[in-house]
Amino acid sequence: MILKKEWIAMLLAGGQGSRLYALTRDIAKPAVPFGGKYRIIDFPLSNCVNSGIDTVGVLTQYQPLELNEYLGKGQPWDLDRINGGLYTLPPYQKSSNSDWYTGTANAIYQNINFIDRYDPEYVVILSGDHIYKMDYSKMLDFHKQKDADCTIAVMEVPWEEAPRFGIMACDEDKRIYEFAEKPKQPKSNLASMGIYIFSWSKLKKYLEQDEADPQSENDFGKNVIPAMLDNGERMYAYAFQGYWKDVGTIDSLWEANMDLLNPNVPLDLYDDNWKIYAKNPVMPPQYVAENAKIQNAMISEGCTVEGDVDFSVLFPGAVVEEGAVVHDSIVMPGSVIKSGAVVEYSIIAENVTIDKNARVGCRPENTEDKDNWGVTVIAKGIHIGKDVSVPPKAMIEQDIPGGEDNE
Amino acid sequence: MSKILGIVFSNMHDIRMGKITEHRTMASVPFGGRYRLIDFVLSNLINSGVQDVGVIAKSNFQSLMDHLGTGKEWDLSRKKGGLTILPPYATHEAVFYRGRLEALGNALSYIRASKAELVVMTDCDNIASIDYAEVIRYHKERKADVTVVYKNKPITDSIHYDVTTISMDEDNRVNAAYVNPESDQGNVLLNMTIIDKKLLERIISDAASANFYSFTNGVLQRGNQRLKIYGYEFNGYVADLKSLQSYYDCSMELLDPKVRTELFPRERPVYTKVRDEVPVRYGINAHTKNSMIADGCIIEGSVENSIIFRGVKVGRGAVVKNSILMQGTWVGENSRLDGVVTDKNVMIRDAKTLMGCKEYPFFIEKGTIV
Repeated sequence: MILKKEWIAMLLAGGQGSRLYALTRDIAKPAVPFGGKYRIIDFPLSNCVNSGIDTVGVLTQYQPLELNEYLGKGQPWDLDRINGGLYTLPPYQKSSNSDWYTGTANAIYQNINFIDRYDPEYVVILSGDHIYKMDYSKMLDFHKQKDADCTIAVMEVPWEEAPRFGIMACDEDKRIYEFAEKPKQPKSNLASMGIYIFSWSKLKKYLEQDEADPQSENDFGKNVIPAMLDNGERMYAYAFQGYWKDVGTIDSLWEANMDLLNPNVPLDLYDDNWKIYAKNPVMPPQYVAENAKIQNAMISEGCTVEGDVDFSVLFPGAVVEEGAVVHDSIVMPGSVIKSGAVVEYSIIAENVTIDKNARVGCRPENTEDKDNWGVTVIAKGIHIGKDVSVPPKAMIEQDIPGGEDNE
Repeated sequence: MSKILGIVFSNMHDIRMGKITEHRTMASVPFGGRYRLIDFVLSNLINSGVQDVGVIAKSNFQSLMDHLGTGKEWDLSRKKGGLTILPPYATHEAVFYRGRLEALGNALSYIRASKAELVVMTDCDNIASIDYAEVIRYHKERKADVTVVYKNKPITDSIHYDVTTISMDEDNRVNAAYVNPESDQGNVLLNMTIIDKKLLERIISDAASANFYSFTNGVLQRGNQRLKIYGYEFNGYVADLKSLQSYYDCSMELLDPKVRTELFPRERPVYTKVRDEVPVRYGINAHTKNSMIADGCIIEGSVENSIIFRGVKVGRGAVVKNSILMQGTWVGENSRLDGVVTDKNVMIRDAKTLMGCKEYPFFIEKGTIV
């Protein structure tokens, strides 16, 4: 018999994250490495555990292999439980109406049976593409206190950025009276963070209605939330203060990593009471060599640094050889920057080799064509040959042989 | 491969390490930035295919139990077998054991219950990356009763405590063993032994009835004519931790890339308890040279020729040289440390100067506030 749970979480992790291009070519966005040892999904999962949620369904669809392997039985997050724990929920074949997850709401709809097994009062809906620390139990308290049917976490964004978000207009009691997805003329600057708490009986009803509507795109933001609002359900906005970042684009992923190096950014990873858990690499401590120069950096286990690293994040097992320079960049697990190579303003994915004296990316002030400047991305497993120069904003998905390799 | 049982002696030689082992076993002595000595021992066993390990504990084993937990970090949390901690089983006539054989006497029922054919016995004070599968192959080829692992190396003052050397015939069969010999070089035992399980059981019972308790004396010295005892030469790097001085010297050897490759080969990873620490954060005026730094550290000052364990903070303007700072050490701003070994959770306030030297490092006890 399965014991009843007060609340469980459902984490939407099936998106492709197409705006991360080469970085999500063969892994799902939530599995993208972040912050030296983490993956994006570690943040919502750690928030769940730290908030006291012990049952999390992770909905997977796009390129799930690496994500599934990473999640395992949920052990890194202490989610390997006898009652509940972590479950990966891919779409599955049914006797009729089998389909992929066609939208965020449809993904939850297809797993109504999973949720019903725990007979929860409340369901938290999360997504796997944000970096933030949040105590969902406080949000649940708010939800109960307001006797709400749905509570949406919101945060203030600059007015000029408001048209990029789902914007809530609410009264003094925080009750939402209008919701607009990416409005041209926003009525408020309270943006939805994609974090919802629903009373399950209510949500279940709306999911079934939504599924019956052939016109619906089966999306929370576009369909389910507006439908609930139209019917006058009790919808409340829970104001969140603190660091929150959508890492859905190359630029925002790069920025969020750099934010970790900025002491003024309010994302404290060192808080023992709110640890961010991740699968730990089995590697010896990092070694910093005699001629290395490291400042303003975050560097993980198993790294060897012999060169110059500044304003950069190095993941486990990354190597920066003597005379190599890594500035304002992210070097993911197992990548090697050979001697004399220069990497600036770049994201180097896993197991890449940047060969001797190659140049990847450049500082914005050093380019003539300022309008086309951007962060350079080298995809997983790529080899950049000797003396090769890779321009800013390039997205390299194929090996580039070096000068000598052709001889 | 036949089933192998691992037996780890967690307390051997811990009186030699002074204050470091005052409140912990030899097995739980921190080493190499993020490990305890037993991590190397257990990783060698599991990387060689051993799935059942008994850890013999005598005293001060609370920190050891805390570190080992259920053994899941070493994949030794199993329904059958896996990790078993064997604390002293004190009946009213029992004594605290004096040697390996007496310790094994306490574990005899555990050994009897095992389905293994061979037993690998090891201490925790010789740290190496060794493939026991190789040693076992050698043991079987020779049809040996006992195989002991040795390394021909200098016997320096810093390790000259309870050193056993062996001499062998041209076929590597052991014909004599010497305890604390007066020589500068020798075939030093690494206290890693392969033995037939049935034979071990017999030796343990005999030892109890004949009242001898030392494996070296009872087996290697008295039994080498009767038993086929072979020496297996290990050529790789060994950290021999017998005193605070050798602890310091061996720690510093980790800064040599050759030593690191030998101790941490890619194909034989060293597992340890995870602490979910943040990667190392280097501040705006950090200077780091020739150092090994574990996760969770915040480096805002200078670190040179040092081993820095997990969760250490080095404040602005502080200078740490030729030192070993164990987990959770906090070095205040503008402090200077040279030739210092700090135990866990030591706090050095701002603008303090502490000096030891390479030949006589200055040790600061656990939890001290300076």
